[in-house]
Amino acid sequence: MIAITILTILYFALRTSALFTVDNTIVTLQYVAPFIVIGAGEVLMLVLAEIDLSAGQVYLTAPWFVYWFWSAGVPVGLAIIFALLLSAVIGLLNGLITVWLRVPSLIVTLAMTFLLYGVVLVGSNYTQAQMTWTKGTPPASPVQTAPCHGYPLPAACLHAPSWAHPSPYWYYSNILGIGSWATILWAMLVLALIWFLLKHTRFGVHTTATGGNILAAAEAGIPVARVKIWCFMVISTVSGFIGILDLIRLGSMDPGDYGLNIVLPPIVAAVIGGTALTGGRATVLGTLIGALFLGVLEDGLNLTGVSANWFFLLEGIIIIVAMVLNGQLTRLAMRFRR
Amino acid sequence: MSTTPEEPAPTPAEPLPGAAATDGHPATPDDVILRVEQIFKRFGAVEALRGVDMHLNRGEVLGLVGDNGAGKSTLVKILCGFQRPDAGRIFVEAREVNFHSVKDARAAGIETVYQDLALVPQLTVYENLFLNREITGLGRVGVLSRRRMRSLARRYLDDIKVHVPDLNAEVEMLSGGQRQAIAVARATRLNAKILLLDEPLAAMGAKESALIMDLVKDLSAKGVSMIVIDHNYAHLFALCDRLNIIQQGKVTVDIRVAETSIEELTELMVTAFRRQLLAGHAQLDADRLAPSPPHL
Repeated sequence: MIAITILTILYFALRTSALFTVDNTIVTLQYVAPFIVIGAGEVLMLVLAEIDLSAGQVYLTAPWFVYWFWSAGVPVGLAIIFALLLSAVIGLLNGLITVWLRVPSLIVTLAMTFLLYGVVLVGSNYTQAQMTWTKGTPPASPVQTAPCHGYPLPAACLHAPSWAHPSPYWYYSNILGIGSWATILWAMLVLALIWFLLKHTRFGVHTTATGGNILAAAEAGIPVARVKIWCFMVISTVSGFIGILDLIRLGSMDPGDYGLNIVLPPIVAAVIGGTALTGGRATVLGTLIGALFLGVLEDGLNLTGVSANWFFLLEGIIIIVAMVLNGQLTRLAMRFRR
Repeated sequence: MSTTPEEPAPTPAEPLPGAAATDGHPATPDDVILRVEQIFKRFGAVEALRGVDMHLNRGEVLGLVGDNGAGKSTLVKILCGFQRPDAGRIFVEAREVNFHSVKDARAAGIETVYQDLALVPQLTVYENLFLNREITGLGRVGVLSRRRMRSLARRYLDDIKVHVPDLNAEVEMLSGGQRQAIAVARATRLNAKILLLDEPLAAMGAKESALIMDLVKDLSAKGVSMIVIDHNYAHLFALCDRLNIIQQGKVTVDIRVAETSIEELTELMVTAFRRQLLAGHAQLDADRLAPSPPHL
């Protein structure tokens, strides 16, 4: 998959000079960041042979929670924490219904998607919302380089949004996502944490065991139900988190955005990265590669000026071809190793 | 590999702690390591166990024989804490125990090799050996200390002479015999006093069976008491000191291997089966019935 991703990048790099500009790289990576985070969360689901379709809608809904709390007079920092807690509760509900009431997670989380979409539509009365982070506070001192906040990329500073006025909200926004690279760095941090959790902790082994052979895990005394519920909570929380980061970056929300459109690419990213749908086998870093592949593909098709009508058709074909090629190449590599 | 050379391999020839009990003397209460009284278990309309009385002597290998559905596996699952009996009492070393989970049973020294082996195919050999008993470095955070797990696994497998070429191999890649050996090794790693083996030789070739039989005999020689379920009488006669026949959820026959033969055992099973056919679920009253333990 790494080879295929590099080939794709090379192809588009040759076709268009715009691919490697700082601007385009940042935009692509910002676009890919939710794929990376939600995809990493989905790895936890897939390794359990479960799936969370509601992660995309949680990504969209958590910002609304922040907005509603904030409108009600809750300080932004607290509003963000509340929204994250609500995201975790959504994951808890998904997990409880899946594990205790034995409804397949596919159905539970699909229903949860509808439910949350409904919450947004009703709660927003189908009107867009803006969050103006500098509300009411005069600038204390002009800090022009503030958005960069130590990121060693002067070029990135130039493209950072120009609202560098420090305010009580400055900290949240600056630490959490105004700097152009902040979202990406946070996404990488979440990815690294989930990778570490899955590969280097007891919890990770227990998760793999639960997904690989749930009876064996139970007989070994692993609390399989609790493991599953925790994983549902993790994916929901990180999805809400990256959603809030994007809110902070973009500043506005559209109630019409629909979660299923957002959750499917990360799942594809996880699967083309090498995570099995059948449970027990997962690669978090593969998800990163898969997400990058999808991002570069979409971006490259855009930059090379493919007609919008042909876009999805081509994307679909390319993904299938990439998956097949990947399987063949892996088999070839296995044969050489022997 | 990593074992120190000055540690001699345990020789089966040295006097064994439980040997006396297996040599034909009647078992005194001190020699009974595990005793169950009147165990009942029902699954919906099915009465799996209807009053099992059984005991296991120290250092002994006890074979459980019975038709499919007679209740052997259910009994094992109760003894290892995986399921709870509806009624009945369990004593380990004369102390009454009440298992709420597999952990409780382990704490009492009872380990189990399940019929399905309870291995996770996608995990490595050493990860399976340490499943749910992982060694962690940074204490509460639960960060795995893989290097220690690997070296301990290597040392232990060498110790009990189980040959696994690569500890990092996924269990999926191993043969049936190797998997079984790992399952047994896992069960005995932490000084188990009592080992429950549910069909350890099922679906195994002759060579692999021999491997596991040797392993079981070695462990028995080290003083581990065992209960073995198997359908193959030849295996049971090679492994066990005593046999219990379970029929219709009860122990109906208790007999020493030295005092019987495969033919007689077959005869017993068939006779019992015929009588049951004739008398419905009527209790057996043959003179071959289990000598009633004193507590009845």
